[in-house]
Amino acid sequence: MTPDAPAAGAVNVITGRGIPLRGDDIDTDRIMPARFLRATSFDGLERHLFEDDRATRPDHPFNDARFAGATLLVVNSNFGCGSSREHAPQGLARSGIRAIVGESFSEIFQGNAAMLGVPCFAAERQAIERLQTLIEQTPDLTIAARVDSGLITAGPLRLTATLPAALRDGFLSGQWNPTAMLLDRFDEVRAVASRLPYLNGF
Amino acid sequence: MAETLFQKVWNAHAVRTLPSGQTQLFVGLHLIHEVTTPQAFDMLRQHGWGVAFPDRTFGTVDHIVPTDTQRRPFVDLMAEEMTTALERNCREFGIHLAGPAEAGGAGGPGSPGSDDQGIVHVIGPELGLTQPGMTIACGDSHTSTHGALGALAFGIGTSQVRDVLASQCLSLDPLKVRRIDIDGRLAPGVYAKDVILTIIRRLGVQGGVGFAYEYGGSAVDHMSIEERMTLCNMSIEGGARAGYVNPDDTTFAFLRGRRFAPQGDAFGRAVAWWRSIASDADAPYDDRVRLDAASIEPTVTWGINPGQSVGIGEPLPSAPGDEAVDEALAFMGFAAGSRMEGTPIDVAFIGSCTNGRLSDLEEAARIVRGRRVAPGVKALVVPGSRRVSREAEARGLDEVFRRAGFEWRGAGCSMCLGMNTDRLEGRQVCASSSNRNFKGRQGSPTGRTLLMSPAMVAAAAIAGHVVDVRTLLDEVPA
Repeated sequence: MTPDAPAAGAVNVITGRGIPLRGDDIDTDRIMPARFLRATSFDGLERHLFEDDRATRPDHPFNDARFAGATLLVVNSNFGCGSSREHAPQGLARSGIRAIVGESFSEIFQGNAAMLGVPCFAAERQAIERLQTLIEQTPDLTIAARVDSGLITAGPLRLTATLPAALRDGFLSGQWNPTAMLLDRFDEVRAVASRLPYLNGF
Repeated sequence: MAETLFQKVWNAHAVRTLPSGQTQLFVGLHLIHEVTTPQAFDMLRQHGWGVAFPDRTFGTVDHIVPTDTQRRPFVDLMAEEMTTALERNCREFGIHLAGPAEAGGAGGPGSPGSDDQGIVHVIGPELGLTQPGMTIACGDSHTSTHGALGALAFGIGTSQVRDVLASQCLSLDPLKVRRIDIDGRLAPGVYAKDVILTIIRRLGVQGGVGFAYEYGGSAVDHMSIEERMTLCNMSIEGGARAGYVNPDDTTFAFLRGRRFAPQGDAFGRAVAWWRSIASDADAPYDDRVRLDAASIEPTVTWGINPGQSVGIGEPLPSAPGDEAVDEALAFMGFAAGSRMEGTPIDVAFIGSCTNGRLSDLEEAARIVRGRRVAPGVKALVVPGSRRVSREAEARGLDEVFRRAGFEWRGAGCSMCLGMNTDRLEGRQVCASSSNRNFKGRQGSPTGRTLLMSPAMVAAAAIAGHVVDVRTLLDEVPA
């Protein structure tokens, strides 16, 4: 893994500056166009985040120096829909994004981000829009997002967001990467396999 | 207690409740391909993990593989590198790989050799790997396709591919189940593609988040397995991670005799189990939706997500102030209130895991036979697998397409996602039988995709613009 790969351990309070990205249904092809999947590692993906959107929109937030180095990405609804490519959250995590706050997420994206230790918090549209506006007006503002309570604070703004319970508990306990748990009681895995008709000649 | 197929299959594969509260779910079949797995194998090596069930893992190459010539080494060096990496990984971990053997096979010496190579969601069912009652995972969102045979199939990311390789398990939350009944008969010229586009339009591109879609009703009962695959394939475009159809006699007839399907006496025993895992008649659903098949028209997308579609006879929406509509119309260069019929196209693409199977090519060939592709239109047919290709060639379909001016390609994902050299250029408009019309999806950041059925793509290729395929069906030479 490269040094900028996501860290292990418990994830609770994420603090840093924000980057607002407005728009519904931003799919993973837009986050990471398919030509950047032409590689056998995830290294360097952060350079290609939203590459085509950025080329056509000079005012794209990921082109905006005021938001460089941001930690919290603030999006609207159905973020990360489409392709299951983990390259999308990998690129975001490698660019320094440690949490995403939005109205809603595609399930696969939210799961993939969780596997990298990046929580996707969901909150109401109005609250999200206020947060986006606040960041646009004061890009230097420090935002704090708490996994345990779902509380997100940004200057005068306080909003309550939610995470699926299992993901929340996984972040808090540091067990958001489940491989070790899945391997933990392998006898039980074998027991299920031995009961399945299609693995045992029906 | 009455249960859905989802609940029965989920429970049969649940290993335990993890400390996180999620379910540890056993994966009966893991399908892998060259693009979303190299990092997963690297992670295995880093941790010193093996592959837990190599005989329940099956690989192929589809995403980046060239479809013009498949001779090795590929001219595209990255395609060669990613293919070689998959070959090495499968060899090292003892995984069966259908595709890039070094010598012999369908394409002659030096070509990728396996007769089985193709798009992962096409070859799973055609080899009989995909079976009712299985859990299936693959690092590709269109894994939902396999639900057409009554399997529970999930698209996953690369870290989850690592988990399945290492443990044959996933950590997941159960889904709710939405029953979608499509009753009545589809009109001629209306296909499963039109049905699923209509469903996504009605329920929205995120209407299915948190749900598995169970498709049923008399229209689905009458569908072939290939049509059901088109339906289930695009469940994810409606936000539903999984979609399925309960297994029935059509399913069993499809599976009989396939290489990895149960053979001899075991087949009869399998059918008994397969019947038992279908949803009970009085199973409870979290939601129900009903559609009238007869009301569905040939459907075309006009926007930048698969929910933005219209029937061929309908005007585009006029919704002043709706940012999503405005953004889509501006990107596509279409006017509110206009109609899709008559929209000029530059490229016609028939293929993909949505509509790259034999029946898709047959329906398209019915339209194409005896006609010519319009001047200036680049038209290509990319069979979903080598088997599809062989069967189509045995029926002379390749000649029908070639004579009309289509390119006849090797098997792969091709222009569905533009990972190989098959890409749109500039603002080209593509009539496409694929599944996504996202900005940039077909390889050009400004390229424009119109999703439709393969027959509609064929009709657009002939006319040079979008047309109602039903007008050509009437004139199909006997």
